[in-house]
Amino acid sequence: MTVDASRGADAPPELVQLLTPEGERVEHPDYDIDLTPEEVRSLYRDLVLVRRVDLEAVALQRQGELGIWASLLGQEAAQIGSGRALTDADMAFPTYREHGVAWCRDVDPVNLLGLFRGVNHGGWDPAEHNFHLYTIVIGSQTLHAVGYAMGIQRDGANAATIAYFGDGATSQGDVNESFIWASVFNAPIVFFCQNNQWAISEPLEKQTRIPLYRRASGFGFPGIRVDGNDVFACLAVTRQALRNAREGQGPTLIEAFTYRMGAHTTTDDPTRYRVASELEAWKLKDPIERLKAYLFKNELADQAFLDSVEAEAEDLGADLRRRCLEMPDPGPLDIFDHVYTGSHALIAEERAQYAAYLEGFES
Amino acid sequence: MSILTLSKAINEGLRKAMEDDPKVLIMGEDVGKLGGVFRVTDGLQKDFGEDRVIDTPLAESGIVGTAIGLALRGYRPICEIQFDGFVFPAADQIITQLAKMPLRSLGAIKLPVVVRIPCGGGIGAVEHHSESPEAYFTHTGGLRVVACSNPADAYSMIQQAVRSDDPVIFFEPKRRYWEKAEVDTASTDWWTPFDEASVVRQGTDVTLLAYGPMVKTCLEAATAAQDEGRSLEVIDLRSLNPLDFPKVMESARKTGRVVVVHEAPVYNGFGAELAARITESCFYHLESPVLRVGGFSTPYPPSKLEDHYLPDLDRILEAVDRTFTY
Repeated sequence: MTVDASRGADAPPELVQLLTPEGERVEHPDYDIDLTPEEVRSLYRDLVLVRRVDLEAVALQRQGELGIWASLLGQEAAQIGSGRALTDADMAFPTYREHGVAWCRDVDPVNLLGLFRGVNHGGWDPAEHNFHLYTIVIGSQTLHAVGYAMGIQRDGANAATIAYFGDGATSQGDVNESFIWASVFNAPIVFFCQNNQWAISEPLEKQTRIPLYRRASGFGFPGIRVDGNDVFACLAVTRQALRNAREGQGPTLIEAFTYRMGAHTTTDDPTRYRVASELEAWKLKDPIERLKAYLFKNELADQAFLDSVEAEAEDLGADLRRRCLEMPDPGPLDIFDHVYTGSHALIAEERAQYAAYLEGFES
Repeated sequence: MSILTLSKAINEGLRKAMEDDPKVLIMGEDVGKLGGVFRVTDGLQKDFGEDRVIDTPLAESGIVGTAIGLALRGYRPICEIQFDGFVFPAADQIITQLAKMPLRSLGAIKLPVVVRIPCGGGIGAVEHHSESPEAYFTHTGGLRVVACSNPADAYSMIQQAVRSDDPVIFFEPKRRYWEKAEVDTASTDWWTPFDEASVVRQGTDVTLLAYGPMVKTCLEAATAAQDEGRSLEVIDLRSLNPLDFPKVMESARKTGRVVVVHEAPVYNGFGAELAARITESCFYHLESPVLRVGGFSTPYPPSKLEDHYLPDLDRILEAVDRTFTY
């Protein structure tokens, strides 16, 4: 049986779009956005810089400096649009690919590299950035996000959470449980699904036979599909959903319809499972190119601005490379750190034994 | 001083923990109006409200996963897993997230989450209601794993578990829920730290190591052995991770004979770790190999057969006898 789940580059009719792939600003009956020229240029800068961080990380992996990297190429608008919709008080729960959201939460890009370089499993304090650690087990973080949102409810705080996940994760039990929990507790949460069409090699048809955003109605809350390559639409839709959550209207599922232009991770070879023409079609919908076209058409930026952003991106990439290479390796006894908060006899014993063993080689 | 059942002792401990700290929450299936299927949370929702004693949807992964999120927000959730055999849907969240997230954060995150699990057999229940899954969790770094065996410990240990900044898997011996004992709820002076073992009966000939439901059975075995002129020491391990090795080793060196007793299967069970450790540490003090008494390497049997599966006084004494044959 073949099920058409609307995969591919043709924009499905339900899509919220404010900026066409050609850079034309279009109206939508339910969503609008009013940005100053400076804000538009700032979004462009974000998109370019996170793509540059991603490019550098891929290069670092190719040169053996990272064990693996999960590229965000093609998903910049979904991440910057949603990430810039967050207030400082909102809390984000990422997968392992939300480098653009991390950027919006002021996480130093070099700190994203630690887990991919193998020096740690997560290199930032989530509470400092209101950006949780990367979660690798697919969908687990959606439950943490709902629990956190229940805490916000109990605190009476003016905040919401946003849970990131992909199309593959929508098949996980935890994601479905998180929908149920959020629904029955009316939790202040936005579920932000980046449907990038591929779960490693598995196309969307392996996860669903209806558009993902429509799943929300079965759980009793609104679902919206947004053009995930349109930073304006992602910002507007997420901003509204977060506002609704903070105002006590409960969860929203946003399906950002986008495309993973690169491999799943650097270990993957997409040529084994998808055709080149698909990527070519999506390249025409590139999130950065359309915003650049909009900037030019509306005379909001000149070549000097683009050049300055490009120069900044180059500096960022070079700086990231330098600091990645300078990242110190952990010491062998670091294995025993932070397993427990207090003293733990077994860990203390094993640490002492291993330290003595290592000292045996030094003498 | 009050006379409390083990179930009521945990209830009183939970009540005290909730009074002491407004961030303490209880969450689980049927924990609210019903008070839990074993009534351990009886009356708590009425007194602390639905926001603090939360009847959850029927999804164990959801219970633990959202508890983690609440803990990230500064709360101290106590999750009730209704029966031992239902913990497995939550095993993913416990093992991949609860146990590992503090390390993942390099110490920035604390997860003071307690997962209460009624465990063990002996109540004539249907499948999945009589299991002893402790070894799955003692094998997972990042968790503290404890088991109470009597009302007084149940009262103090649940409060210590709630105060712990580490995640705690808290096993409750369900067949002992209705057994009564005196509990001093007015003072904490008598509390034994929840990561220490207790010598619950002094002896000189053989050491019995047990935890949870088997402690009482071992004490009965020791009484019976006394009639035969044998002096058995019984240690209630109380904490399985970390384990109170000094107390265990001291007893093993003293008696030279050790029998480990648990309901879980012997093969790859927690007793295997004890036997190996004692052998490594006390080899020259031992008069016999460390012997183990426990369940078979089968799924838990239908309840008509559980008396054959569960260690009882005779099987323990038979193992004690065997330690004298080497």
